[in-house]
Amino acid sequence: MAEARVWGLVAQFDDPAKLLHAAEGLRDAGYKRYEVWSPFPVHGMDNAMGLSRSKVPWIVLGGGLTGMASALLLQWWSGAVEYPVMIGGKPLFAFEFATPVTFELSVLLSAFGAVFGMIGLNKLPTPYHPLDKIAMFRRVTDDGFFISIETRDAKFDLHRSRELLESLGGRHVTVVEE
Amino acid sequence: MSTANYQQETVFPPPLVEGNQTFHSVTEAVCRVVEAPPSKGWLASFAMALLGLAVLGVSVGWLIWEGSGIWGLNQPVSWGFAIVNFVFWVGIGHAGTLISAILFLFRQKWRTSINRFAEAMTIFAVICALLFPTIHVGRVWLLYWALPIPNQMGMWPNFRSPLLWDVFAVSTYFTVSLLFWYTGLIPDLATLRDRAKSKVAYYAYGMFALGWRGANRHWQNYEKAYLILAGLSAPLVLSVHTIVSFDFATSVIPGWHTTIFPPYFVAGAIFSGFAMVLTLAIPARKIFKLEEFITVRHVENMNKIILVTGMMVGYAYAMEFFIAWYSGSAYESWTFINRAFGPYWWAYWIMWSCNVITPQLFWSQKIRQNMTASFILSIFVNIGMWFERFVITMSLHRDYIPSSWDYYRPTIWDVGCLIGSFGLFFTLFLLFLKFLPAIAIAEVKGVMPQADPHWEGYHADHHHSADHAHAAGEKHHG
Repeated sequence: MAEARVWGLVAQFDDPAKLLHAAEGLRDAGYKRYEVWSPFPVHGMDNAMGLSRSKVPWIVLGGGLTGMASALLLQWWSGAVEYPVMIGGKPLFAFEFATPVTFELSVLLSAFGAVFGMIGLNKLPTPYHPLDKIAMFRRVTDDGFFISIETRDAKFDLHRSRELLESLGGRHVTVVEE
Repeated sequence: MSTANYQQETVFPPPLVEGNQTFHSVTEAVCRVVEAPPSKGWLASFAMALLGLAVLGVSVGWLIWEGSGIWGLNQPVSWGFAIVNFVFWVGIGHAGTLISAILFLFRQKWRTSINRFAEAMTIFAVICALLFPTIHVGRVWLLYWALPIPNQMGMWPNFRSPLLWDVFAVSTYFTVSLLFWYTGLIPDLATLRDRAKSKVAYYAYGMFALGWRGANRHWQNYEKAYLILAGLSAPLVLSVHTIVSFDFATSVIPGWHTTIFPPYFVAGAIFSGFAMVLTLAIPARKIFKLEEFITVRHVENMNKIILVTGMMVGYAYAMEFFIAWYSGSAYESWTFINRAFGPYWWAYWIMWSCNVITPQLFWSQKIRQNMTASFILSIFVNIGMWFERFVITMSLHRDYIPSSWDYYRPTIWDVGCLIGSFGLFFTLFLLFLKFLPAIAIAEVKGVMPQADPHWEGYHADHHHSADHAHAAGEKHHG
């Protein structure tokens, strides 16, 4: 059996304040491939980690425009081109009567964009993660706060990264295998 | 200093979560309900709900076998209980979206402990609603005619009809509500997965949790997606009941052909929906011991919304009557006189009493904070709002030609479908209470004071960067 490769380090923090402080510390030390784990989104963490804005809104915009265009096309083509039926002297196509369905389909595809965009950007579903092997990490969905650093990070050094995590208030610093 | 403290006590509302909770105790309190074996009360309620579901199965089965002639419909009244129940259930759903989306956008943090609950109610109510137009078409196997599906007949649906808009509005509403609810559930499903004792629970919750582990990069996209879903749902919910009202308002029936219908329907929907949230939440908080999460303040806030929307509905009733007279249309004014004093006078006055008169009791703070009174009044609103839709639909019974006037009497199968839809609703709701977290665990943790990294409880010797020092300064005033 091949020797397990090291994935990175993980440390536990006591509370959101220490977690935020430590994330800032890692950002300032120049780390890039580290992740903060918490049971709920911690206010101000995106800045503390120096993350750029989420791309979800662009996917939503794409979904919304697709929904709008396809709804208009569907109503115009099916009603005025493919199957024209005169009912009550109303025009075969008009934006006025097309508005409700256009609105609904825009909203529907925008919502698909938001949910499936979020799932896609987060690379979910992720059935396995190296951290699953760490017993204390199970508390991340209850009351545990963690920071992990991957070996892929250019600044990663098993010894110095461990010391940095400890100096920032990290407890139970543990080596995580892949 | 003392002035500041005084202001803090009186101006700022009581805490959203009572009883000195920690993050862990929140997890425990909510998950306990799911993880404990079902209580006797739950089993008894579930048996009742299943009985209702069986009534629905028989009523709908017989309807599909025999045809819609088993209902009490007649020629002027070609829309009976089916449309009344449809509008009733769609309306119930609206409060769920209002709580989850509109109150979220207005940063009303008190919504967090009731939103999961209310969203579940929305989904199950819309399922009940969708049932009625489906079975009302008579030949359910031809329902696909209403959808723009290429077919061997070369036919397409008529997009100029509000009934078709309704198909799009209600099915979009259902889908978006389901996505919104599911997105909110993902972190909590992960909590249940990580606490699971049995393999079945571990894999079942794990599959739907999608491998959520609370990474901040995930939370970032998640929060953005959630905010956008809230922003989409807010206009969506208004559009849905507006389009439902178009089913009536675009016709030429006196009493239906009015421009007041869209706002009047939306207000009524919110009104009835909040009443249903209370009907469900007041017993549930007691049975599952969630009083520290669904507090008296939550109930009181909802009662205030019921009071306001009840008066909006009352205004609409009065305005309808006034415009009927002011229009000078003989048919229009006669229809309203007939509503109030004709053969269905009793339904009209039940509507007024339950929707406008009894909710006035909520002017009293004592009543707003009394659980029994709130529960009883919420039932009154549910009844009143069902009758509102009945009154509107029964405008049909005396149309333009007196020789075709008739009186609509529901048959046992109409009643069976109505009772059965409650069976379906409660079956789904009880299953939800048993298998899913009824309170949004991650969201409640997020509004607790210790969730804020700048909370006073974390000693002030942290050295934050400049952008956080400002926020911290705001918290440490006084």
